[in-house]
Amino acid sequence: MAKKANQSIKLPLIDQEALSLLEKLSNAVGVSGSEGEIRTIIKQELESCSDQISVDTLGNLIAVRHATVKNAPRVMIAAHMDEVGFMLVDKDEDGIFKFQKVGGIDDRALAGKAVQVGKNHAPGVIGACPVHLSTPAEREVIMKSDSLRIDTGPGSKDLEVGDYGSFATKFHQLGSSLCGKALDNRIGVATLIQLFKNAPDSIELIAAFTVQEEVGLRGAETSAFNLMPDFAFVIDCTPANDQQAWDKSENTLYRTRLGHGPAIYTQDSRTLYDRRLIKFVTGLAQEHGIKVQLRQPASGGTDAGAIHLTQHGIPTLSISVPGRYAHTAAMVIRKSDWEDYLQLMTIVLQNINSEILTEERP
Amino acid sequence: MKKLLEELTQTSGISGEEKEIRALIRKEIEPYADEITVDVMGNLIARKGKKKVGGKRLMISAHMDEIGLMASHIDERGFVYVAAIGGVSPLTCFGARVRFTNGTEGVIYAETSKMEKVPTIAQLFIDVGATSAEDCPVKVGDTAVFVRPFLDLGNRMVSKAMDDRIGCLVAIETLKSIKKSPNEIYFVFSTQEEVGIRGARTSAYAIDPEVGIAVDVTLSADTPHGDQGNPVLGGGPCIKVRDGSLIAHPKVIAAMKKAGKNAGVETQMEVLRFAGTDAGAIQLVRSGVPAGCLSIACRYVHSPSEMVDLKDVKDAILLLTDLASKPIELSLDGIEG
Repeated sequence: MAKKANQSIKLPLIDQEALSLLEKLSNAVGVSGSEGEIRTIIKQELESCSDQISVDTLGNLIAVRHATVKNAPRVMIAAHMDEVGFMLVDKDEDGIFKFQKVGGIDDRALAGKAVQVGKNHAPGVIGACPVHLSTPAEREVIMKSDSLRIDTGPGSKDLEVGDYGSFATKFHQLGSSLCGKALDNRIGVATLIQLFKNAPDSIELIAAFTVQEEVGLRGAETSAFNLMPDFAFVIDCTPANDQQAWDKSENTLYRTRLGHGPAIYTQDSRTLYDRRLIKFVTGLAQEHGIKVQLRQPASGGTDAGAIHLTQHGIPTLSISVPGRYAHTAAMVIRKSDWEDYLQLMTIVLQNINSEILTEERP
Repeated sequence: MKKLLEELTQTSGISGEEKEIRALIRKEIEPYADEITVDVMGNLIARKGKKKVGGKRLMISAHMDEIGLMASHIDERGFVYVAAIGGVSPLTCFGARVRFTNGTEGVIYAETSKMEKVPTIAQLFIDVGATSAEDCPVKVGDTAVFVRPFLDLGNRMVSKAMDDRIGCLVAIETLKSIKKSPNEIYFVFSTQEEVGIRGARTSAYAIDPEVGIAVDVTLSADTPHGDQGNPVLGGGPCIKVRDGSLIAHPKVIAAMKKAGKNAGVETQMEVLRFAGTDAGAIQLVRSGVPAGCLSIACRYVHSPSEMVDLKDVKDAILLLTDLASKPIELSLDGIEG
């Protein structure tokens, strides 16, 4: 579909600069509760173009750009900074650590993966009994995280119980796809940075880079209470399970599909999304010829779950970039989906207005 | 009253899209309320009276949403796959009919010949008479509620969405019958209860009530092999002591008992080991709210044929009217343990 020329809005493209920023964000470490590295990168990017920038009690980074018009709508965009990872919980000899998962990671995605631990990103690997030495019966059983260990090699003196770890995958391109750890949700962070830099004057834009989403939408809850915007958008990365079934039967449970554009939420475990906003966003997408998909209603949740129930309620919508292999060492997203996403959100911010809410919620 | 109940139950209002049922209730209560608002979450809030000496801000909440289904995929032959909105049991879905918001009706089924156990919701499909994804009038994200006509069995009444339109009926009739009260009463017809008690939470935050009472159905145990002795249909409105979301405030329980005596109606005490109502959310807003729940015993909850007893309903209205019309004592002084 040809994109409609629009005089007023110059739509952004994913250029080398955008890719470099995503690479930097993906490679940085920010497991839930320890988002400092990510916060530092964002601060560097946004300090010069923010009217206000602050960090709250839980560690959420809040950046504000004022409108130049009076009575402008206050629009919050939330993107969580944290990623799933590990925490060292017991030390054996020779740099071997027992660990716990932080956030939702499938035990099947652990054994043999390269990781990095501690403040200095000490390299390690999640070790497991090799195929040579295991019995067929043992190989039928999933190796649980508490039976696995992180091996950092002897001599890692500065590591201690309570230190965080993350997958160690370096960001790279796979054809027209992008692969890295923590793309959930550094893709949202990278997008929000760009949106903030190019924010329109017609709204007060409040960028909330939230903490501890992966362990229960915690940063979003306190930041929304404090900010109480007129609208909230949550930008995140959402799982796609869109490959064909082994027997070639029709896949009816894909959630989202790569290459089909940004995924708009209708329902998840925590939220029934405001249909006034769904209508507004899908209408804009159609008008501007931007591909979008509705995420299949199903379990899961985003920061919206906490935000929309804040105080007397906040009209909220989640829009995500679809990604395969979420919460593993290597998530894969499509560059074209990201570009569509950035363009869609740019148009949304240019057009959002309080009139959307004059009609009652359906 | 039966006619209004029939209208209330037959009107659509799946969680998150309560527009139709909201419009019906609004029309019904408009002449009796002093102020009516609709908030961000779609809650319909009707205020009756202003707080006077000895009075309190009282919130009475009945949820207007009902369970249903949302389309998750249209396959190449036009079958609609779905996700549940609220606690839909696949057992009650076979052969059931649904109506989508755009008016399309269809029948639910699954490939039973290949089935050894109860299917999951994801295995069900809805046949709307389409032959391909292109000619299917339903799109991903569209919602549907169950279709089942209202059945009047004399003392007993059966319908889909009795949970919680029966609570809405009790609240509406209570609003109509209150003549004078020291209390500032907020009748909330709440949204999204079935998916996690959401509308009650935000509306309670805004109202900041001093007492909160939910009106909802509870599971009756008087079917052939019911697993608990209480409550029963026709035994009177139930005063909830606890459920999965709430331990009712002792003084709210006491106020309900007293109101029952004043109104001369029989009541039954209710203890439920699971589930929750709007009261569970109300009690936890801001710095906490004394809360309780008046329940109507109901058979076959969350099936398309939920049954209640007329006497329980009438008596609940009498009890709630008495309670809302008088000062409510909340002091815990003298309550031990």
